[in-house]
Amino acid sequence: MSVHAPILAIAVPLLGGFAVPLLARLHRKVRDLWVLLVVLFVGVCVGYVAAHVFTQGIWVYVLGAKNPQETLAPGGFPIRIMLTVDAMSAFMGLIAGFIALVAFPFALKYIPEEEGKTLSLTLGILLLAGILGMAYTGDLFNFFVFLEVTSIAACGIIGFRTWTSRAPEAAFKSMLLFSVSGLFFLLGVALLYGEYGALNLAYVSAQIRGSVVDRLSLALFLAGLLMKAAAAPVHFWAPDAYGEAPAAKALLLVVNTQVSLYGLWRVLFTLYGGLSDAGVGWLVVSLGLLTMVVAALMALVQTDLGRLVAYGAVSQIGYMMLGVGVGLVALSGRPDYGFVAMQGGVFHMLNDALTVGLLFLCVGAVEWAKGTRDLRALGGLGHGLPEVALAFLLASLALAGIPPLNGFASKILIYEGSFRLSPILTAIAVLCSILLLAVFARAFQGAFLGPRGEVEGKIPWVFLLSIGLLVVGILVLGLVPGFFVEEIVTPAAKALWQGRALYLAAVLGG
Amino acid sequence: MIGNLPFVVCMILVALGLWTLVTKRNLIKLVIGIGLIESGVNLFLVSLGYVRGGIPPIYTYAPADGPMVLPTPQALTLTSIVIGVATTALMLAFAVVIYRHKGTLDARKIRDLRG
Repeated sequence: MSVHAPILAIAVPLLGGFAVPLLARLHRKVRDLWVLLVVLFVGVCVGYVAAHVFTQGIWVYVLGAKNPQETLAPGGFPIRIMLTVDAMSAFMGLIAGFIALVAFPFALKYIPEEEGKTLSLTLGILLLAGILGMAYTGDLFNFFVFLEVTSIAACGIIGFRTWTSRAPEAAFKSMLLFSVSGLFFLLGVALLYGEYGALNLAYVSAQIRGSVVDRLSLALFLAGLLMKAAAAPVHFWAPDAYGEAPAAKALLLVVNTQVSLYGLWRVLFTLYGGLSDAGVGWLVVSLGLLTMVVAALMALVQTDLGRLVAYGAVSQIGYMMLGVGVGLVALSGRPDYGFVAMQGGVFHMLNDALTVGLLFLCVGAVEWAKGTRDLRALGGLGHGLPEVALAFLLASLALAGIPPLNGFASKILIYEGSFRLSPILTAIAVLCSILLLAVFARAFQGAFLGPRGEVEGKIPWVFLLSIGLLVVGILVLGLVPGFFVEEIVTPAAKALWQGRALYLAAVLGG
Repeated sequence: MIGNLPFVVCMILVALGLWTLVTKRNLIKLVIGIGLIESGVNLFLVSLGYVRGGIPPIYTYAPADGPMVLPTPQALTLTSIVIGVATTALMLAFAVVIYRHKGTLDARKIRDLRG
């Protein structure tokens, strides 16, 4: 069994998602239990895969071969579809697994039965399957397929509340962008296929020479994946999407943008790693800065708590791009500071998932208690919902990078690395953090402080459980970041930074 | 040069689709724009697999040393078409829902989500 863990982590949610509506016909309790079982199983699988990869190196799983280690078909050509899980993929899988474990119990209680809970759970599990597929696959076309799986599932979730007029609009906008992004990616894959006649990422990477066609497809990959990852100037779908999706599922959408960013790192570092080009690095860095500035400024003027948090989430994408982009600029010489920035960027993915996830859960709890997210109508919720208020405060501080919370631990690495490249980058990033602190202080004050606000009923204990899990995560990562940086972040960053030869060798042998 | 003609046609289709997305404001036309890009990419994939004088890639028909047509692009295209149907259907469904709410398909008049 355990030898099939990578494919089971994808296949079980894929089939399990479609089983949800069938089981719902039996009984609602059976369906809920099934959802929890599937998510728990995925959590165990990604945990096992990560433990294996971090201790024993890259795990290649070949589909359709007599044994799953047989990477090359007779003739020495990697013709089969394979999953190639290196430390970075395993890291992404861990984030997705943990967020799913937090989000699904919350969703079970959050989405009312009459609003189509069954179908929303199905879509959530399919989105999870697509995310894990994107993280684990070692095949370019396969990556495209999973990209589209996440696009369709994500748009289903975004436009789920069809009875409101805003949700379908957000969903249409997102689907348009996702379609273009997917087709750009496919065109890039087709160009590479036309040139090298292969779809295996490692094989194509070994062949790539940097011709005009290669550069064209790199541009297509960049455009497509940045669109999906909500980088400025194509970020505008994300605030709508995060804001309109049910809060419990917005967490998964955040992980979806991160895994698109992961795909971009995979393309830039592994596929095109041999032709590292500082120009591409500077492009990523400058788009990252643009993203964080635009999103922080837009967050300033929001009056809807959900959209405000959504802009906060988009701005964090900018920090990841800054961190990893600095590493990309420095890739050819491989100085120390480049690696420090990469560690920061990769670590920030984990921290962002936790802090933004917690903020969305708090927004969900507020909406559940008050029925609205409008900051002008909210106020004084701190009296009725003290736990939620504390969690929101904690997450806001972590997002703004206040020590000793986890956001600080990763941002300090990004600052340290980018400062050595150019102090201006660091100055802009610090300014954005301060701006975000102001934004979230205002949001906290508007929603939770002031005269006692009316609260209907009590927050269910499941909400508090999910919120508590993320709070514990934020505190642990903030107080002892050294252990996590050492054990999981450094191997993941190293897999991108200098792991290309190992990645190729794991598939092609030698 | 003439051998590259199919590729040129595909790219023209893709460019037309992008042009549609940029200039048109009707939701249905936007979906059609996506459809154009998709057709361009799919045709490009199929034309990649063409081998002059090739035979179908069925093992038992193959002579010992004749050229075979690549089966992979066709498999890719089929997958891509299926995905395209799903995305188109989803987008059209949302367009219908938007029309029911707003009574219009003009993207300029559908502006609940701004800023």
